[in-house]
Amino acid sequence: MKNVNLLLKLLLLVIVVILPLVIKAPYQLHIIILIFIWAIIGTSWNLLGGYAGQVSFGHAAFFGVGAYAAGLLQFHLGISPWWGMLLGPIAAVVVSLPIGVIAFRLRGPYFALAMLALGEIFRLLFINLPFTNGAKGILIMPAITTKMFYYYVGLAALLLTVGVTYYIIHSKIGYYLVSIREDQDAATSLGIPTTLYKNYALLPSAFFTGLAGALYMNYVAFIDPNIVFNLTNVSVMVIMVVMLGGVATTWGPTVGAAIYIVLGEVFRTTLGSANVLVFGVLVCLIILFLPNGIVGEIDMLRGVLARKKEGAAGGVKV
Amino acid sequence: MELFGQTVICGILLGGMYALIAIGMTLIMGVMKIINLAHGALVMVGMYVTYVCFTNYGIDPYIGMFIAMPVLFLIGCLIQKYMINRLVEVESILPENQVLLTVGIMLVLTEAMRLMFKSDYRSVTTGYSTDTVYLGGMSISVAMVIGFFIAMGFTLLLHLFLTKTDIGKSIRATAQDRDAAVYMGVNSSRITMLTFGIGAALAAAGGSLLLPLFYLWPDIGHLFTAKSFIITILGGMGSTMGAAVGGLILGIAESLGATYISMGYKDLVGLVIFLLVLLFLPGGFRSLARRL
Repeated sequence: MKNVNLLLKLLLLVIVVILPLVIKAPYQLHIIILIFIWAIIGTSWNLLGGYAGQVSFGHAAFFGVGAYAAGLLQFHLGISPWWGMLLGPIAAVVVSLPIGVIAFRLRGPYFALAMLALGEIFRLLFINLPFTNGAKGILIMPAITTKMFYYYVGLAALLLTVGVTYYIIHSKIGYYLVSIREDQDAATSLGIPTTLYKNYALLPSAFFTGLAGALYMNYVAFIDPNIVFNLTNVSVMVIMVVMLGGVATTWGPTVGAAIYIVLGEVFRTTLGSANVLVFGVLVCLIILFLPNGIVGEIDMLRGVLARKKEGAAGGVKV
Repeated sequence: MELFGQTVICGILLGGMYALIAIGMTLIMGVMKIINLAHGALVMVGMYVTYVCFTNYGIDPYIGMFIAMPVLFLIGCLIQKYMINRLVEVESILPENQVLLTVGIMLVLTEAMRLMFKSDYRSVTTGYSTDTVYLGGMSISVAMVIGFFIAMGFTLLLHLFLTKTDIGKSIRATAQDRDAAVYMGVNSSRITMLTFGIGAALAAAGGSLLLPLFYLWPDIGHLFTAKSFIITILGGMGSTMGAAVGGLILGIAESLGATYISMGYKDLVGLVIFLLVLLFLPGGFRSLARRL
């Protein structure tokens, strides 16, 4: 059984790698690249929000800082924005340090609100600060225009993100994080330094969200504060993506991102201006009927089946 | 000095109307223990109801609000009963599911309005909307003054409702301790539904009062959501009077920020105050009043 699983995964990887050699249509590749970007943001959010249970309504701050780090590099210094792929994540981490200091003093809904406020503060700052070119945004002329290149960069970034997240979750830190999510007081009483471990989740989360931001800047080539720091379309939408796919699952955010982008495109082309409305209705339905997301509920169904067969209860789901 | 006076008065008047919206949110938060991120969208829907009354039937916004309030009361009750309430029994990894559902509701409401009215900016022009009264050298908009006094009237009425009537007392009891309230014979699910309805109706009232002052478009809801949760935290979650005071503080802080710092940083002032209160005064100003 395990071998079959591994084989399937390898097969899937091979298909993903050779896909752009088969599909040459730019539109389809464009959609897949967007899926990669959203999957990266979703996976990073999932590390903090899904596993550690710290629901952040402000991930747009990291996304925006990553994007702006790349954009401003080109805008002010004329350095290739590809260096932003390195600088963007680092800038996001630097920003996340004080954010962690502030927001981790709070718990539950108060944490969520503080992150929401911090995200909005960043949006307003980047509109008003003198060096960001304000609401006009930043436009760059990308040096590379073939979609296939971005496809592989996006794929590599996604695999790196999922790999690192997977490693963290299956190390000791991961178990600490889940224990913090399940009961913070109990975790503290067992001697887990909760604030420190929340930061261990926040820093990689910010890092990879910044990476997605820098990739977005390079790929889309235009950003302004109301796009990259947007509360509804980034901060909240990433939560939706993770909820759709499955909270606290390895591939849930990727599945969620694929559904979000593909459905978005399908609705946009078939329903015209009603597309976001239908998407909103769908989101409500999914939260009502699949509260743990698609991948999350598949795990549950499998667990039910396995229990029936073996007559034994499953372990704690990580 | 006149500039300062005008700024403060303008802030107080606006703050009073914000407070009415925030009281709706604080009621919901107190009873249901969730952050209702659809609150601003409810305000926006209320504004559109009043707007339609005005443009199609020529009903003045201050009378139209008495049509918008029952409509939003009904919408609020339905949303609570058939959507949010369903999630109470559902088991999920993150308890924030209900909050996310309110986000979904916000999306649906906003987009439904966009479909019906397009994204155009709309405004209501009444005979008095450009009138001003002069107080010394300070000019004050008439629409703001009327709106402020109606808002304060509603706040007072609500306070009496919560402290004097049976239903009001049941709402407060449910907010304090749901289980204990149930033992005392309070039908808590009915009370929760009513509370959401009342909260939505208050949102509609606040929105209608602000209609002569603001441009109306489907995305304006986000603005009110942000303002009302800032006020709610400022005043202390679940406290009506706290929300009223918080509204005034936010109004004054914003208008001072707009006058003395810059228009662009106006919203930043509110958010920074919000963060500071969240960090150093987590019970809001209510806890400060208690300490004194």
